[in-house]
Amino acid sequence: MTSLVDSARRVTAGHRDRWLVPALVVLALAYPWLEDTLQSLPLIGDFIPSTESMVVIFAFTMMAVGLNIVVGYAGLLDLGYVAFYAVGAYTAAWFASQQFNQVTFHFFSSVPKDQPGIHITMWAVLVAAGVLTLVSGILIGLPTLRLRGDYLAIVTLGFGEIVPQVVRNGDNIGGFDLTHGTFGIAPIDPAGFVALSWLGLPENFQQSEDRKLWYYVVALALVLITVFCSVRLRDSRLGRAWIAIREDETAAAAMGVPLMRTKTWSYAIGAFFGGVAGAYYASFRGGAFPADFYFQFSVFLLCMVILGGMGSVWGVVVGALFLGYLDREGLSTIGSKIQEAGVDFDPTKYQFGIYGVIIVAMMLLRPAGLIPERRHRIELEEGVHDTPFYDVTTEGTLTDRDPSDD
Amino acid sequence: MAAPDNIIVADKVRKEFGGLVASDDIDFTIARGAIVSLIGPNGAGKTTFFNQLTGVYKPTSGKIVFDGHEITYLPPHAITKLGIGRTFQNIRLFSQMTALENVLVGMHSRLTGGIIGSILHTRRVKREEAAAEETAKELLAYCGLPGRAGQWAGSMAYGDQRRLEVARALATQPKLLLLDEPTAGMNPQETAEFTGFVRKVRDDKGLTVLLIEHDMKVIMGVSERITVLDYGAKIAEGTPAEIQTDERVIEAYLGKGAAA
Repeated sequence: MTSLVDSARRVTAGHRDRWLVPALVVLALAYPWLEDTLQSLPLIGDFIPSTESMVVIFAFTMMAVGLNIVVGYAGLLDLGYVAFYAVGAYTAAWFASQQFNQVTFHFFSSVPKDQPGIHITMWAVLVAAGVLTLVSGILIGLPTLRLRGDYLAIVTLGFGEIVPQVVRNGDNIGGFDLTHGTFGIAPIDPAGFVALSWLGLPENFQQSEDRKLWYYVVALALVLITVFCSVRLRDSRLGRAWIAIREDETAAAAMGVPLMRTKTWSYAIGAFFGGVAGAYYASFRGGAFPADFYFQFSVFLLCMVILGGMGSVWGVVVGALFLGYLDREGLSTIGSKIQEAGVDFDPTKYQFGIYGVIIVAMMLLRPAGLIPERRHRIELEEGVHDTPFYDVTTEGTLTDRDPSDD
Repeated sequence: MAAPDNIIVADKVRKEFGGLVASDDIDFTIARGAIVSLIGPNGAGKTTFFNQLTGVYKPTSGKIVFDGHEITYLPPHAITKLGIGRTFQNIRLFSQMTALENVLVGMHSRLTGGIIGSILHTRRVKREEAAAEETAKELLAYCGLPGRAGQWAGSMAYGDQRRLEVARALATQPKLLLLDEPTAGMNPQETAEFTGFVRKVRDDKGLTVLLIEHDMKVIMGVSERITVLDYGAKIAEGTPAEIQTDERVIEAYLGKGAAA
């Protein structure tokens, strides 16, 4: 099958060394086995994250790559991405826990058959979470995406706050307990290969001896799928339309790109990956807790995208791995090193201050990100001819159009 | 249904911005296959009228019919799909995309590749994309940019950007091509080449062309009919020879008494 090799090459195109990405993937796959060796290394050993942290970091990476479709490709500043994480996490909580104990429904579930509530296998739940967030992305997108720039950012910020508020107060909706309020919903069923247990695969990750390993492998697979879809979409007809909208909305519309539909798709597809990642993370943590869904998390994900390079998939992956690592282990490890040295300073207390400094430093040193998108790089290095000076103001904006756009 | 003789029929098109009347009940038709110019002093409402034809602005009142379809309140992409392609007065290319990608965006409404198909690279999507790339490269060569497919639009020379805008507009497969001051900023030689090119495009592709221009040489050289706007209203219409001697036109350009 040459086509498989071909498509792998295309996905990794743009890198001088086409073996770099496959090599990194193999290395990532081997990580759980290398972990102990790496951690016993002198000097750097303490800074090597555990496999468990890596699962979380991968979930963040997936969300960042999803957010990159909205912010990086289509150029829509979304400050409420955490809402999709919440929808994903609660989908997992509804369809794989004892929350709705009025009914008992099992479908290839990894928990005992006598547990009340809806228990659907985590694989189906991940798909359901993706679809539900996709739909909620469309619902949120339709009214908001008519706005441009700053206005859009403010409204998405609003939705990012509304969803967690609904979650916190959703324990008594007309007498019905939808979200279990501030307590959140726990426990959520673990993933497992129920139908494949005859192959020797674990029925329940949480009870398996190789718990960490299985969660890690699935998380890595999810990240790779997300990256793959993201790259393929970028190079498609839809991806071109997204970038055209980012560059010049008016011109894109004049070239036959339906603005509302195209923007909504970017929002919905970005949401899809956020939802799947949210559901998987919730299943790994064993619960969905409203305290997780704060505005800071949206900003945190946005920082990953900006740090890595807006629009650059590999850049965003690197940015997400780096900031995710700092968040999970890096800062506290560095903190304990500093304190061992006798200085009373705890970097985890200044978490967002430190991210801020990192972003500011990046903007000064590498404004297009760690691995800039090809397009930005060209603009910065070759320069762009000045646009003519005249009559820029009389050219139409689309803000006075009526909403029958699509 | 036989195609109507007039590809555009604008009926009492009016656009008001607050108290300003930018289009004052303009009646306007373009015969199929013609090259027609829209002229007028600065601020006469030419581009505003253009923007109503392409759906960027909605008229306050009036009606526009294109090729038998009413387009008055359609969004820009739907009008483009029906067959109106345009360029912009101040070049609006996607500067961070290559020349090829710019043209491919122009083909957006003629392609069908969906989300799932694009992710899985189905045979149909692959074939469509390959064919589209081929067509786009031919179009680039046709517009005088052979072998430039991979160049970034933003780093092209000014004249080439103008060509690329035309290539992108042609990629939408228009029946009517609207060119908004296409020769602005060109030197006399480039302008002469471009005038010849417009005629060639019309003949090769069987298009109708509507131009906004300031360069009288271009207008008189290329257009078969001319419409003159002043303060949003149509003040004259006719062949180049008629327009050159029209008193109201001379007055609009040079002021009262100049015609005498």
